[in-house]
Amino acid sequence: MSTPRKQVILGAYLGGVNHHTAWWHPAAGSQIDFSSFEHTARTAERGKFDFFFLAEGLILRERAGQIFDQDIIGRPDTFTVLASIAAVTEHLGLAGTINATFNEPYELARQLASLDHLSDGRAAWNVVTSFDAFTGQNFRRGGFLDPADRYVRAEETLNAVRALWDSWEAEDLVADKDSGRFLARPDAGAFAFHGSQFDISGRFTVPRSPQGRPVILQAGVSPQGRDFAAANADAIFSPFGKLPEAADFYRDIKARAVAAGRAAEDIKILPSASFVLGDTEAEAIEKFHAIRNEQVTGQTALILLEQIWNRDLSGYDPEGPVPDIDPDPAAPPIIQGRAFVHQDRFATVERLRQVAEAKQLTLREVVIDQFERGPLVGTPTQVAEQIDSFVQNNGSDGFILGSHLVPWGIDEFVDKVVPLLQDRGALRTEYTGTTLRDNLGLPNVRSTVAADA
Amino acid sequence: MAPNPLHLGVALDGAGWHPAAWREPNSRPADLFSAGYWTDLVTTAQRGLLDFVSIEDSLAIPEERHARTDDAVDRVRARIDANLIAARIAPVTRHIGLIPTVTTTHTEPFHISKSIATLDYTSRGRAGWQVRVSGTPGEAAHFGRRELRAITATELAEAVASGTFPGEVHDLFDEAADAVEVVRRLWDSWEDGAEIHDVATRRFIDRDKLHYIDFEGRFFSVRGPSITPRPPQGQPVVAALAHGPLIYEFAARGADLVFVTPTREAGPGPIVEQVTAAAARVDRTGEPLRIYADIVVFLDTDETTGPQRLARLNEHAGDEFASDAGIFAGSADELAELLIEWSGRGVDGFRLRPGVAVDDLAAITDRLVPALQRHGVFRTSYPDGSLRALLGLPTTVPNRYATA
Repeated sequence: MSTPRKQVILGAYLGGVNHHTAWWHPAAGSQIDFSSFEHTARTAERGKFDFFFLAEGLILRERAGQIFDQDIIGRPDTFTVLASIAAVTEHLGLAGTINATFNEPYELARQLASLDHLSDGRAAWNVVTSFDAFTGQNFRRGGFLDPADRYVRAEETLNAVRALWDSWEAEDLVADKDSGRFLARPDAGAFAFHGSQFDISGRFTVPRSPQGRPVILQAGVSPQGRDFAAANADAIFSPFGKLPEAADFYRDIKARAVAAGRAAEDIKILPSASFVLGDTEAEAIEKFHAIRNEQVTGQTALILLEQIWNRDLSGYDPEGPVPDIDPDPAAPPIIQGRAFVHQDRFATVERLRQVAEAKQLTLREVVIDQFERGPLVGTPTQVAEQIDSFVQNNGSDGFILGSHLVPWGIDEFVDKVVPLLQDRGALRTEYTGTTLRDNLGLPNVRSTVAADA
Repeated sequence: MAPNPLHLGVALDGAGWHPAAWREPNSRPADLFSAGYWTDLVTTAQRGLLDFVSIEDSLAIPEERHARTDDAVDRVRARIDANLIAARIAPVTRHIGLIPTVTTTHTEPFHISKSIATLDYTSRGRAGWQVRVSGTPGEAAHFGRRELRAITATELAEAVASGTFPGEVHDLFDEAADAVEVVRRLWDSWEDGAEIHDVATRRFIDRDKLHYIDFEGRFFSVRGPSITPRPPQGQPVVAALAHGPLIYEFAARGADLVFVTPTREAGPGPIVEQVTAAAARVDRTGEPLRIYADIVVFLDTDETTGPQRLARLNEHAGDEFASDAGIFAGSADELAELLIEWSGRGVDGFRLRPGVAVDDLAAITDRLVPALQRHGVFRTSYPDGSLRALLGLPTTVPNRYATA
């Protein structure tokens, strides 16, 4: 007998602030109304997905000092939407990006543990920090963080939040009417955390939640980021949608996790991907190109390139060549409010020029060609095969899937691809666990004693 | 229905407002942190056609005003986030207003603005916010960003009696007033119709309909606009609990509702006068501040009377129940008469605090509301519409930034 097939983890991502969502499509729904979120979440649960994922925005994007008007820019509050989705789903994990620079550990720990209680153990947190003074303008305590302190802040935030979660043992809540004992010990919830970023102490108000510790998600590509995520996260976003790059990343993260004293399977690796389905492969490819062509207008292409060049490129012809000037990293950012950081602008520019030259592409065409990573395109059978083989070959442990069409796009995936994944034995047909940790195959940390044992 | 219907909400706090409430036979102390418990309570309140539920919260372990010791193990010494409770309940209720307490002293107004706006979306126009100010050093230590001096019980009593608070208390409320102002400006920072979805020009929004709030105050500055478009109600309902002129002024500066605590003996008259005077001092214009009287209630049930229930609870607690608000123990009919009498004395509505959440909320819905209906002073069905409509507040709220 063969061992059971590795199960594909699936997250559903509702596109927010970007040019990937086809808001102009006649069938597109609202990005704000709760019904859109409800539909996506219910459909993901029907497809036995592991979790629903929401990104966060804390400031409206600007281009050259003006509010950006070309793409979707408004969105609701992450925690509030997730708590409301908890009411209309039973099993689906509820994952949100929450910035650790503009929230304090006490309120982060409290909101996440509360969400975990209110969802019976389905909360997950994508930890991000910001070193962006632009975003800080919306916060009374400012929020500028020296880039060098980014991981210090993230690590201390996580440690402080864990200290708060761990300040209650599962057994502390007695609530015995007869004896009149509500707490097992008078100091349940007592905590103290002292670090370079936080110096806090007192009593945490939230009893230990169903998962003990909500699931932690992280992103990290730099060596420092990889080490941090491997040591601290339950799942990490992979930036690689194509083998073998993805498999290298996978091996590297699992090795770093083991080096940090964890089991390789205690950290899950999840790239995000879009999908386009067709009745035939040719139809799917044609549809994919049509969507990309619609998404990347001349104006969108120029704006995406402006983020790399950090220059006003509005004078360039989108159907002409890639701009022949150098980027200007030293100038004030022309595009503000995006978590989009180019490590080496000159190298990116050089790559775009080479691709354009080799493939004879216009500026807009090179953006279409280069700004999409790892889309899943094909017939339902082909897409099921792509997902399954990627996971079985350790390119990842699953995918976070987003559709260009909010909120109905996921329906097609659930109706057509999910049954095929289930037929292959790569996706559950019923939820088996009671918490998100259970469903993801992560260790139980309901009590700190068990977790530390 | 009578032309001036009586407005009625309830304040929910854990197992109830009596410290021994959790030990009553029907109470569900092990469920206090579960969605099911809160859904059941709010569904019961909605069955009674109530205007709203408010949900208490603080950033500290709940304790009594005159806590015997800090290490009591016989009290409900835990709570979860009220805004998330409200969000969890929103999709499974339809008519009742949801007013979570959010403490503004440590939490960013930008976050409060978008979370209450989002609650307004997920509840389809039923969101409110009870503003709470935190003045305790304990809560400040949870954040480690500022130090607050402990105000002793004696100082507090003197301050309430004289109406003269120490400077740092004034600062806290001035800061909270700025936070309310920022939240309200952020709610207005998107004009209605700012999302244009203009396919021809590929413009998703009309940027001329989005506004920087550029708030610069003594304590902080916030630029805006909000990330969340203007909520369905335009301005969700803002409420504050207040016990004296300084806080009446705070409420009059920024709130729609003020929850006050008249004594049974004096009745609401003196407080109504003080609130009116406070509103005049801060030059409140436009809609008058609506005054809701808080009353803790222990109602008769089939098994036992309200006074007997209160006595039993006191025995369990080992203490006579003390409250900032008036206490009522008796029949629903008597309470109905009291509410009708008080509503003729300048209060706009009532917020009942169930002594035991499960039991007294059921009695409010099944006994008090029918009694009020028999008097012709309470609705017999929900009208369609928002919380503002339910409360008799204007449903069309001008946007301070609107240009057209």
